[in-house]
Amino acid sequence: MNIYRAHILVCNGEKCNSQNAQAIYDEFKTQIKKNKLEEELTVVQTGCIDQCSQGPVVIIYPSGVIYTMVRIEDVTEIVTEHIIRGNVVNRLLGGENINLDSVIKSLDQVDFFKRQVRIALRNCGVINPESIEEYIAYDGYQALAKVLTGMTPEQVIEVVKESGLRGRGGAGFPTGVKWEFTARAKGDQKYVCCNADEGDPGAFMDRSILEGDPHSVIEAMTIAGFAVDSNQGYIYVRAEYPIAVKRLNIAIAQAKEHGLLGKDIFGTGFNFDLEIRLGAGAFVCGEETALMTSIEGKRGEPRPRPPFPAVKGLWQKPTLLNNVESYANIPAIILKGAQWFSSIGSEKSKGTKVFAVGGKIQNTGLVEIPIGTTLREVVYEIGGGIPNGKEFKAAQIGGPSGGCIPASHVDVAIDYNSLVQLGAMMGSGGLIIMDEDTCMVDLAKFFLEFTADESCGKCPPCRIGTKRMLEILQRITDGKGTAEDIDKLEILAKNIRVSALCGLGQSAPNPILSTLRYFRNEYMAHIQDKKCLAGVCKSLMQYVINAEACRSCGICSRVCPAGCIKGEKNVPYVIDQTKCIKCGACMEKCPFKAIYKNA
Amino acid sequence: MSACKCNAHLDDPRAEKLRQIITKYRNTNGALIPVLHEAQELYGHLPIEVQKAISEGLNVPLAEIYGVVTFYTQFSLMPKGKFKIQVCMGTACYVKGANSILDKLKEKLGVDIGDCTEDGLFSLDVCRCIGACGLAPVIMINDEVYGTLTADQIEGIIRKYQERPV
Repeated sequence: MNIYRAHILVCNGEKCNSQNAQAIYDEFKTQIKKNKLEEELTVVQTGCIDQCSQGPVVIIYPSGVIYTMVRIEDVTEIVTEHIIRGNVVNRLLGGENINLDSVIKSLDQVDFFKRQVRIALRNCGVINPESIEEYIAYDGYQALAKVLTGMTPEQVIEVVKESGLRGRGGAGFPTGVKWEFTARAKGDQKYVCCNADEGDPGAFMDRSILEGDPHSVIEAMTIAGFAVDSNQGYIYVRAEYPIAVKRLNIAIAQAKEHGLLGKDIFGTGFNFDLEIRLGAGAFVCGEETALMTSIEGKRGEPRPRPPFPAVKGLWQKPTLLNNVESYANIPAIILKGAQWFSSIGSEKSKGTKVFAVGGKIQNTGLVEIPIGTTLREVVYEIGGGIPNGKEFKAAQIGGPSGGCIPASHVDVAIDYNSLVQLGAMMGSGGLIIMDEDTCMVDLAKFFLEFTADESCGKCPPCRIGTKRMLEILQRITDGKGTAEDIDKLEILAKNIRVSALCGLGQSAPNPILSTLRYFRNEYMAHIQDKKCLAGVCKSLMQYVINAEACRSCGICSRVCPAGCIKGEKNVPYVIDQTKCIKCGACMEKCPFKAIYKNA
Repeated sequence: MSACKCNAHLDDPRAEKLRQIITKYRNTNGALIPVLHEAQELYGHLPIEVQKAISEGLNVPLAEIYGVVTFYTQFSLMPKGKFKIQVCMGTACYVKGANSILDKLKEKLGVDIGDCTEDGLFSLDVCRCIGACGLAPVIMINDEVYGTLTADQIEGIIRKYQERPV
């Protein structure tokens, strides 16, 4: 390998890519060639750097300067100023990457990154995910070597158990215990599976790991194969993640070529092979038994447990199934030890968790924080607060299975137990921030639409129950709800929770129960006062023209697709409420801000 | 008459490719879904004739294949447009106004969700979270992602595709 004076890292995550990151990478290559700097510099395409709202992002090492929102026209300037003359291009640093004394902050000093502890994401945005050499240079496959050449399967399981790692996919089951169950199960053939069917809307940490550091998952699965005595693994990936699939395929081929996967790994006689299986767009396949049914080539319907997968899983054989983020922690735990890992995090939940922060917040992207960090730190310090001067109303955590944490609980330390106490759950780590413009009844309806649509139909509580709950919510948001509806919702929710077959159905009522718990007043406003406080539910609000502010310019009338705004010169315009379709086009276009929502 | 019309579809080069796909997976456990993925890539959708061929090739009952095809949202029995528009309906996109984007698309294309425009150029679907939440609201047209959209950008995006040489 050559030693370079500087490395130019260009984020090649899906989001930066949608904003021309590929062309920016090519342009850097061209410029460097033009300036005959190929010997001194290298340009690397990395996985997602996770500061998505600032993309496309370019980082230059060794200084660690971050350039944000880079456009292709900026490349020449970066090369001539920064690379050749050594001057940082200030205008591309982005607001928060430079402090008051004009000292430029490097990656680990920026607010967005400095509170993070990156274990699962340790290599994302740092190495080229398509190069096994770079992964190896960052201690890659050392954990596997340590395990295969110096540890027994029992010792490996003991380390994972002692680390306190819990499943990062949602339920939080202790990972080491799962490994132990599978290791103890009797069977001529065992399987190791990876759940990369990241279906929770709003969560994308698994995609980022697979795109940014695919070898860490391969290494961890091989270690798991050794620990539970399996020689065959499957990675079940969503078909919606084409880049992740491509990088995994490259990584598997490279690992095989280097003797790190396949037959006789490290010359120890241990064999382990991996295959990728694509999902086909069914949320329920993220549930462990449904996932295995889908790998078998069938309709992805869950089956009752017990028997648990550790006893009878894929093709009725003992199977170990962990999620991507859980696996990504394993090599670091093996190398640095259980005690190091369990020193991070809270009393009962060890290590870090990656959250996908999105919605109405300044800095969106992935953040990996020690478990036990407060929601306030995530929203205001890492996330930079709520944009447009709005108020933080609630955070939705855990996707369609999770719940809301209202602003009054913003100081909660986020861990598995505290979230359950608040009626939410860690889930896979989607964290959607909402401001005062979000209607909580509408939000519950959104999640019920999702679960009703994704219900596989096998068990009646989920198939029929989610539909009935959705109908009630529809009625309430239409302004036709009655006080009884809330009781009905609660009874239905509690029954579905205990009677549905799998996690999808059992947790489907959570968004309703959680919004009812903290925002019952909004439900009552919809039902009794026929008002939507956030002005979201169309049946319960009107667009109104303020006669005093109206200058009779007629713009609203021209943009109205329903043709229901009439008026004439010097007379304020009026909206015909019987014809209004409530699209909001008039309010958006009014130059005098004379149109408002009457909720 | 020099040739029977039936031969036309036997000669269809895609049929041979489909046979190759089936042969490739014949000895794989759980081959059905990978075969369906590749067949759909080949044909654009999964008409009943293709399902029959797979049924015979893999020795799986047609009913089971139809059951699998209709279970998963990625498999389609109906042809899709040359440009497949997918509107992300993940939570972040929803909170940031994906509905107004969808309404605008429906209005501009004159089709509803799941339909294809008459000229076969565009089909409109909503999809599950594509994991680009930092850019919400997001749409995907074939493999291209458009993020941080507002409803008034839609017209320009559609025009870009309409003007593309077919």
